[in-house]
Amino acid sequence: MKLEVNGHEVEITSEADTPLLWVLRDELGLVGTKYGCGIAQCGACTVHMDGSAIRSCVTPVSAVANKSIQTIEGQATEAGLSPVQQAWLETDVAQCGYCQSGQIMAATALLAQNPDPSDAEIDTAMAGNICRCGTYPRIRKAVHLAAALMAEEQSA
Amino acid sequence: MSETLTPRSLSRRRFVQSSGALLFAAQCPVGLSRKAYAGGTGAMMNSFVRIDPNNVITMLANNSEFGNGAYTVMSMMLAEELDVDYRSIALEAAPTTPEYYSPLFREYLTAGSVTTGSTFMPMRTAGAKARAMLLEAASKDWQVPVVELTTEGGTVTHAGTGRSGTYGELLEAIHRLDIQPPETVTLKDPSEFKILGKPTRRYEGAGKVDGTAEFGIDIKLPGMLYGAIARPPVHGGSVVDFDATEALAMPGVAKVKAIRAGVVVLANSYWRAQKARAKLKIEWDRGVNDGVSSEQFFTDYRALADTPGLLAEDIGDAIGALDAAETSGSVVEATYEMPLLAHATLEPMNCIAQVEGDTCTIWSGTQYQSNDQEVISRFLGIPQQNVTIHRPLMGGSFGRRSSKTADYTVEAVEAAMGESVPVQIIWSREEDIRSGHYRPLFVHKLRGSVDETGMPEAWHQVAVGQSLMQGTKHDPTYMVRGIDIYSLDGCLQEPFGVFPYGTSYQIPNHRVESHNAPKKGIVPQEWRSVGHTHTGIAYECFLDELAHKGGIDPMELRLRLTKDHARMNRVLRVLKQKCDWDTPLAPGRGRGVASRIYNISPVAQAVEVTVAENGDFTVDRVVCVVDCGFAVNPLGIEGQVEGGLAYGLGGVAFGNIDIVNGEVQQSNFHDYPVMRLPQMPKVEVHILPSDEPPTGIGEQATTPIAPAVANALFNATGRRVRRFPLSSQGFNLV
Repeated sequence: MKLEVNGHEVEITSEADTPLLWVLRDELGLVGTKYGCGIAQCGACTVHMDGSAIRSCVTPVSAVANKSIQTIEGQATEAGLSPVQQAWLETDVAQCGYCQSGQIMAATALLAQNPDPSDAEIDTAMAGNICRCGTYPRIRKAVHLAAALMAEEQSA
Repeated sequence: MSETLTPRSLSRRRFVQSSGALLFAAQCPVGLSRKAYAGGTGAMMNSFVRIDPNNVITMLANNSEFGNGAYTVMSMMLAEELDVDYRSIALEAAPTTPEYYSPLFREYLTAGSVTTGSTFMPMRTAGAKARAMLLEAASKDWQVPVVELTTEGGTVTHAGTGRSGTYGELLEAIHRLDIQPPETVTLKDPSEFKILGKPTRRYEGAGKVDGTAEFGIDIKLPGMLYGAIARPPVHGGSVVDFDATEALAMPGVAKVKAIRAGVVVLANSYWRAQKARAKLKIEWDRGVNDGVSSEQFFTDYRALADTPGLLAEDIGDAIGALDAAETSGSVVEATYEMPLLAHATLEPMNCIAQVEGDTCTIWSGTQYQSNDQEVISRFLGIPQQNVTIHRPLMGGSFGRRSSKTADYTVEAVEAAMGESVPVQIIWSREEDIRSGHYRPLFVHKLRGSVDETGMPEAWHQVAVGQSLMQGTKHDPTYMVRGIDIYSLDGCLQEPFGVFPYGTSYQIPNHRVESHNAPKKGIVPQEWRSVGHTHTGIAYECFLDELAHKGGIDPMELRLRLTKDHARMNRVLRVLKQKCDWDTPLAPGRGRGVASRIYNISPVAQAVEVTVAENGDFTVDRVVCVVDCGFAVNPLGIEGQVEGGLAYGLGGVAFGNIDIVNGEVQQSNFHDYPVMRLPQMPKVEVHILPSDEPPTGIGEQATTPIAPAVANALFNATGRRVRRFPLSSQGFNLV
């Protein structure tokens, strides 16, 4: 089975019913995507499939054959961190940091659809991503900052 | 994998060669002997700082990083005195040897919110002593007075001659001139601080935005097998027999075996191990906890609370005053009931173990290295120093990873026994919720009275719950006359045992008793802010009840009760002003306050809630004032306050573990809900300026939030909640 991960085509040997999460982590060694619940309740495993946020822990790898998958490892480019990552760093969001790959992927997908979300829109879009350290106030702040950074980039 | 962190990116981690490096002795009581670096190029032990010839400065960190900010504050302290950028310091987890034990706990343990306070002098001293040696070397080598030398960015400079050298370059002179560490050293005056006291971003923050931060669950070792354990349905149950025929036929499965924790499936991927586990047929012995129920705990504890407990404190004559007050109708009685809670760290428990001959190596996210080492060495029958612990970053802990049983560690060792490769055990979320350790269930029975002015006159409290410390190796330290001091933390007016503080309140007649409930059903464990998770609710909510009875505003009541406690009184005065306490709220809204002292830092919170007719409520605003002494990293403190109160808020709002017929009923985040973004209130943090030594902040904000919210709900609705979580009483946080 073939899929595209972070712009590279990869050949997968895991069984077809293996969740994408474990293919990424155990077969491809892309461990930035995290296991948190296994039932799409916590968002730690959030990745993008053709640009949309999905929960990789409940997505069998067979469902993403020939699709384009983006993970946290694919967010930074040679030019540097993505605007969302930059905003996360500047806002000092992370505490333990375990959920933040998923938070960043969720925020990136949100901003792609809604470049200037309100607090309420952020709350709704990110409600599926649990942070046990309670970094929520800074997540809100960082999403706004990322929106501003992206707007700046656009106008530049 | 390697164990040296650099702050920019974990992907740039590298081993720093010890050859040619110097270790500067630092921890105060550990003297440096001359022979320690005799030979000139060898590495020295018993120290926090290593400087390599290529000018890489490495800190050996003896406190764990699980989101608490330990690595940030420790690198800040070292960098301040050493005059380097804290981000330029490389970091290694210090080995599990006695010289790295916490001077406070005398164990290798990160707990109790004491990292900042307990490392403040040792880490600064480490940096200052290293700097003093570098200066002495430069002075002697360049034949210039020490006072004319300056240090910045890892370089010593003599302005007069224009001569300069990096710290790494000066190592040669240190060896050649036999420079010895100074006996004493002068630390910077706070007025000279360039780093300490300034808002400073997380040391290891970069790796936490690009996915390169390596947690225990992420570690891959060559040939490693992944293990999934089928655990008994009841805590303490065991395997009688199992049939692994189907499991062994599954792809990738290497072995199935029974261990004390259950039946473990070893496979070449975690998913394959999990999938094969589902095919096991196991006959369980349900063990001594079969039939246990949490509802029965409540019933039994309520009955115990009606009987005299072990007397912890008896100031004045509480019983006499209460009996006398009965006739005047000024007595209030209430029983507060707090359920079992799971920690639910987002990174589930996991551990890699490799057993080779009489040595064992583990890779484990742990708060409690020395205990892990001790338990493993006892289990394997090998010397403690033969157990090596590698410590990665941790995806949260909140007390869970300070396991006194070393449960998730020693089971990995057991699974790895007889295997030629390392074995990684990963817990599923279901195992985490059902088979973990828990904040013990507690019942507090209270009786209090107010005097003719409305002020509290007498207080009688009986606490019932499973002790955290009884029968453990901590018994001698934390049990006083049979009383677990954690069961009553924040309930006693006077210092008790090793806790040097009482409540900040003065009530003239104050009697507190404690019952250690039978050890049954679960293994109790510290949960962020430990005793305060239940004592805070009981004490601060009942104080609110007395305020109501006496017709005194709850903020005013606390201001009066703390008039002899300068620090808490200042916290409350600032809080009252910052939270607009005297501004009336619209109908359906309410305000509550609570103030606690945990490990010396006074903290108080005022919350505003809005409650709908159906009981749905929002926490709209939390104002938190803290006095944690000198604020080493205000940005980190703000984060710990926000996160600490979020953790406590989720717990009081819907945290609940039920046990029925011995089995935990909850299993994952759908039935053990935790805080989510929409439920997070607006938080305002006020850190009071202070010249006092730094004290704790990691758990302090967890302590007042639960009672403050319950008190606000009463203020809004007139309904007093005495059984928790709030969701069980019709109040749903939305």
